[in-house]
Amino acid sequence: MDECDEPDCAATLKELDVFLDDELSASARLSISHHLAGCPDCHGAFDFHAELKIVIGEKCRNEEMPSDLLARIEQCFSTDFDNDGQIG
Amino acid sequence: MAHQAAFADQAMEFAPQLYAAAMRMTRNRADAEDLVQETYLKGFRSFHTFNEGTNLRAWLFRILTNTYINKYRKQQRGFDESDLGDIEDLYLYKRMGTFEDASIGRSAEESLMTMLPDDEVKQALENLPENFRLPVILADVEGFAYKEIAEILEIPIGTVMSRLHRGRKAMQKALHDYAAARGLQRTQRADETTNQDR
Repeated sequence: MDECDEPDCAATLKELDVFLDDELSASARLSISHHLAGCPDCHGAFDFHAELKIVIGEKCRNEEMPSDLLARIEQCFSTDFDNDGQIG
Repeated sequence: MAHQAAFADQAMEFAPQLYAAAMRMTRNRADAEDLVQETYLKGFRSFHTFNEGTNLRAWLFRILTNTYINKYRKQQRGFDESDLGDIEDLYLYKRMGTFEDASIGRSAEESLMTMLPDDEVKQALENLPENFRLPVILADVEGFAYKEIAEILEIPIGTVMSRLHRGRKAMQKALHDYAAARGLQRTQRADETTNQDR
């Protein structure tokens, strides 16, 4: 693939994490978006990492909670007399 | 000032998220269940210190994370960032992202969602050293902002950002290694065999 080695590309890729984490100021975000609109290389890299972030999030939060856990927790609240910071 | 009686009503809806994070932290069901249960008990007892109108979810995750760090964390030697090695930026993208040059076979139609098995993604995260794993869990699994993560972990925002960056790269390397081990290896192009055979 073509390397992103233009100064604008390097500056854009440096902001990849912060852009995808939605932590950039509005003006910085606009300037990155502007570059991405005209640069297929950087656009491809940003697209890939946006997809990867979604995949990691969805797969890692996909956990089936034991069906009785909520009931056990609420049971704790009603039997919490010893107040020692421990369970039971 | 928040009332204990209201705690269950307001807090229980976050249990599935807390449980998923606890699984990624403790890496086993028994400890994850204990960790979530203890988090709720601590939250119940200290709910009077919670400022109503602030973020209850972040407050619960702070209790979860502190409890994990203080109690469930296995004794680990201290490690510094160099333990992750020096992994190049865009590690996975350079090997998987573009179709004609990718070392991992991926067709244009195939999404990362179908290419990367759930277990491998979880394993790649769970194998990160803890200093990197906790920020990645809080950012990419739970969607907290840098500022919230900094407050939950009690580290500066700059440290959150650098650990996220390095942790994510290490995850990408692990994901590539798993895929390569499954046999999704590069089909070498004739013109690059000499350079690649090392």
